[in-house]
Amino acid sequence: MPNMPMGFRPFLHPLHGLLLAFPVALFTFALLTDIAYLQTAEIQWSNFSSWLIVGALLAGGLVLIWSIFLTIAARHRAHRQPSLIYAVLIAIMWAAGLVNAFQHSQDAWSSVGVTGLILSIISAVFALVASWVAHRTVRETGR
Amino acid sequence: MSIAPTRSLRTALFTLALAGCGNSQPGLDQTGANPDLPAQRQTLVPPIRIATPKGWGGESPTAPQGFTVTALATDLKVPRQTLVLPNGDILVAEGSGGSAPPMRPKDVIAGYIKSMGKTPEKGGNRITLLRDADGDGEAEVRTAFITGLNAPYGLAFVDGNLYVANQDALLRFPYTPGATRMTAAGQEVTKLPSRLNHHWTKALTASADGTKLYVGVGSNSNVGERGMAVEEDRAVIWEIDRATGAHRTFASGIRNPTALAINPQTQALWSVVNERDELGPQLVPDYLTSVRPGAFYGWPYSYWGNNIDPRVHPQNQKMIEKAIRPDYALGSHVAALGLSFVTGAGLSPSFAQGAFVGQHGSWNRQDLSGYKVVWVPFTNGRPAGKSVDFLTGFIKNGHARGRPVGVTYDPSRRSLIVADDLSNTVWRVAPARATPTR
Repeated sequence: MPNMPMGFRPFLHPLHGLLLAFPVALFTFALLTDIAYLQTAEIQWSNFSSWLIVGALLAGGLVLIWSIFLTIAARHRAHRQPSLIYAVLIAIMWAAGLVNAFQHSQDAWSSVGVTGLILSIISAVFALVASWVAHRTVRETGR
Repeated sequence: MSIAPTRSLRTALFTLALAGCGNSQPGLDQTGANPDLPAQRQTLVPPIRIATPKGWGGESPTAPQGFTVTALATDLKVPRQTLVLPNGDILVAEGSGGSAPPMRPKDVIAGYIKSMGKTPEKGGNRITLLRDADGDGEAEVRTAFITGLNAPYGLAFVDGNLYVANQDALLRFPYTPGATRMTAAGQEVTKLPSRLNHHWTKALTASADGTKLYVGVGSNSNVGERGMAVEEDRAVIWEIDRATGAHRTFASGIRNPTALAINPQTQALWSVVNERDELGPQLVPDYLTSVRPGAFYGWPYSYWGNNIDPRVHPQNQKMIEKAIRPDYALGSHVAALGLSFVTGAGLSPSFAQGAFVGQHGSWNRQDLSGYKVVWVPFTNGRPAGKSVDFLTGFIKNGHARGRPVGVTYDPSRRSLIVADDLSNTVWRVAPARATPTR
């Protein structure tokens, strides 16, 4: 790894980083399509949100499992605190997304409404913050 | 077959159901002219209960004392509505329609869940003729009367012509008395709205004087969630001129008018109508109503008069004010699909003036409702009093043995014909005769 001190690695495995890109992008876009729906009452925007949220949950579910393993692996290491924070952020993102998927299964205006918008904001913000935390953390390897 | 599928499905949905509050309140009276309407309850997961199918095992539905129930025909291909011809032959429309593609993950999941409560049989796209000349309640002649139809549903007979409402067009066939097979090709009277066809059934009846035909066209969504653009000419009843095929909208905002009939006392058009889902297990009551010309019944903006549906946006205050209350509630999620008035002296002294209503049963409440045929007593052409169960036993141990659809009163033989699209049977209910002596 270039510019990485001896004994340290990036926190995220490349595949983990790739998976994390999905909830970051999809939850963020679901927030945008929710806003578009609330602005226009054009139902297709809400339909987009529904699929974006499901996609985010699928990739995000794998990220959640992986983040828990990372936290367990890091419990005696220097990066244990950011690991834990990362896992908690991902868990909140995913839980809000799951509730939001059901919210978006309601019909017409109720598919978004105030509740759906708030849940979309939570998922998007937590995905972005979790990604930030993950990318600024380094992993201590065995000495 | 065990009880396991139902229970595991229910458990799974309960677990998901942050829903929790899916139970019905006891003590609400949701039939008659003034139904109790509880507060709206929108939940993350709607209350769901699917009664999975189980065969009749040689048994029959239960009729009141003094009536016998026989299977006129079995092994049909999804029988929906029936018609009695002048010579007593019975026609059965068999089909399954609809072509609305899934638009959301929900559509995929809900489609799968609902399919668990339906027959695996494919719709026959045909009309079967049944003849029970000896009147023993079992058809000894059975022919494919018309084939190659497109999800036929509504049937009417006027002036020597048979009218068939396919899911996309109204057809006319010239009828030869006594025929067991239609040889002539159908002529298109008019096309019917068929885009998506979320609610695909096209109910049909003729006016008392035979000059008009009425066709029920259901909405293309539960409450407008496919956008209002696809609701053009939906949730309406069309009045079609029988001679020219020209049509006008006779009533609107009438979510899913699944069966039409003429009241023999007043000659007015009546309909049973299925109302919207996902506002709670006890909203919104399905109803039976006289259809007033030009009337607006609220969908999607409001229900039962001017009770506003919060899911509709933008709302339309003018339409809410315009919405009229239907005449008679049948209960929430009973899924009324059949309507037939008795004529003449009626089925028996206890069933002399009024209408039978076939209730298919629905998915959106945990205490199953519907799954029976009820009798609504009338006096002077208006509903008078509580509905009573007429044909029951469709549910046993939480499983559905059958689901009633069309009901047709046969005045010449004083019997009731009931189509059952789960067990693919047509039942006949008739006053018990004295035991035949040999």
